[in-house]
Amino acid sequence: MLGRGLLRGFFETGRNFCGSYYDPARLTTVQYPEEKLAPQENARTVPFLVYDGEDPLAGLRCTACTICAQECPAHCMEVVKDTEKKADYLGKMQVKPRVFAIDMSVCMGCGICVEVCPFDSIKMDQVFELAREDRRMLLQLKDLAKSNAYFHQIHPGEAAAVDEARAEEKRKAQAKRATAAAPATPAIL
Amino acid sequence: MSALDSIFISTEHWLAGLAPAGVRPLVSMLLIIAGLMAVFGSCFALTTILERKILGRMQNRYGPNRVGPCGLFQPLADGVKMLIKEDIVPFSADQAVHFLAPVALTAPIWLAFAVLPFGRGMSAIELDAGILFFFAIGSASELAVFMAGWSSQNKYSLLGAMRAIAQMISYEVPLVLASIPVLIAASSLSLPEIVQAQSGFVMGWIPRWNVFTPWGLAGFALFMIAAAAESNRCPFDLPEGESELIAGFLTEYSGFKYALFFLGEYLGLFAVTGLGVTLFLGGWQAPARWLEWLPSWGWFAAKFGVLIFLFIWARATLPRLRLDQLLNFAWKFLVPLALVNLFVAVAWWQSGVWQFPGALELRWLLGTGLLAGVYVWLGRALKGGKTAEHHYNYAE
Repeated sequence: MLGRGLLRGFFETGRNFCGSYYDPARLTTVQYPEEKLAPQENARTVPFLVYDGEDPLAGLRCTACTICAQECPAHCMEVVKDTEKKADYLGKMQVKPRVFAIDMSVCMGCGICVEVCPFDSIKMDQVFELAREDRRMLLQLKDLAKSNAYFHQIHPGEAAAVDEARAEEKRKAQAKRATAAAPATPAIL
Repeated sequence: MSALDSIFISTEHWLAGLAPAGVRPLVSMLLIIAGLMAVFGSCFALTTILERKILGRMQNRYGPNRVGPCGLFQPLADGVKMLIKEDIVPFSADQAVHFLAPVALTAPIWLAFAVLPFGRGMSAIELDAGILFFFAIGSASELAVFMAGWSSQNKYSLLGAMRAIAQMISYEVPLVLASIPVLIAASSLSLPEIVQAQSGFVMGWIPRWNVFTPWGLAGFALFMIAAAAESNRCPFDLPEGESELIAGFLTEYSGFKYALFFLGEYLGLFAVTGLGVTLFLGGWQAPARWLEWLPSWGWFAAKFGVLIFLFIWARATLPRLRLDQLLNFAWKFLVPLALVNLFVAVAWWQSGVWQFPGALELRWLLGTGLLAGVYVWLGRALKGGKTAEHHYNYAE
């Protein structure tokens, strides 16, 4: 009969109205400044630099190759190479960045820098309360460097995969060094 | 009449008495106007916040709760926002008409409050043809809407205004037809007398309100539906259907003029709701004899609040109609039903002379039977043919 659907609709909204008062679980609103949802693992905002160990500058994975700065569509990165080389985790001598700055007011969070980085050094962060009164948000190396433990905390799956790959690489490199150091076996031919 | 019941009247008399004798009628008039504007102005502010909160609750949200305790100062914040916005008048608009339209909408609606009896002896002027005055004033808003739409020089404004005119004229017919039985029952056009005609109790406990008769119940439903359409409320708010028309005739209005339209819309709703209370719900009469110690204006306010809540509930529930559905609903469904209701009311009135036992029950049965029969028949007859089942690619 005409009007039955209307009554059903009225019943539904009426039930919501009463229900939202005695059953707070119905209210899905998160009242943001007071309540915050934990970010999802896949949430990505702006890039940061990962370092291993305790010292941010010594343990930095970045080798100042500047691929990220060249690929960045917004040109928001500035990378300046240091003059001296230091050994990385594989024992290779690598340059470290002297200056690594990202203008966060220009960065659009596309994540291209993360994709092109061959050293798993630059990763996406989950900080999101970046609003501020002045427009300048030029973050320097000391602001950007964050520990691997933090990386594990925000993206556990990705961080574990990266750690595994790096361990594998290290093992291979050590094995190669061991074979290089060992007396050469005569060739079969 | 208790002191509390007549508190507004005695306060007004006392205040007017302070003025010198020569200007006393003028002061008294101004006091009544100020009182009405204060009460319904704050009612408007309160309704905007309560409406948003209730809508929120009906959608399992909190609604506004940031400004002040429980968000109660939200209307103040909205008012400040509206006032400090830039008042934009389109270059090609008819400046004078564009300026006058919001005024022409809001001013007559205030006049409609003049004839409503808000309590025992509490109507600003007791016109013999009060309801006629009310409908005459109510139809002035159509002119204002068309002024707004035409002067804006904007296709959306014009289309919105044309829709609004079509809708308001169409729904005025069932609105008036639904109230005619009440006039027959009270044999008066004066609103205080209509309230007086609904005093007393049937069988000692059922109030003699019009809504407790077959024609009154149907008339009340018709009246409420037509009232929602008349005041452009959801589900009949398609003059400002933003999915098709941006904001209809409000498109070119901003700032305080927009706020005036908003105010006018709500005041129109209040006025027509007050009329509904007066015509069908016994006005300021208490629903039971032992509740008569409560002030009459309190009862009016309570019934008024319930009806406003019903409108908000409908807004939270019903989706917007299409224009052809809207007009078909008025002309093919509401108008025939209102005419049948008129017939039932006359028959009810004529069969009042029946004296045999069970006469009241028989009258009820015949009245509701006829109305329900026509309702079901119209509902079936107007149902369109079965359309092909539509599959939504992305919504499912």
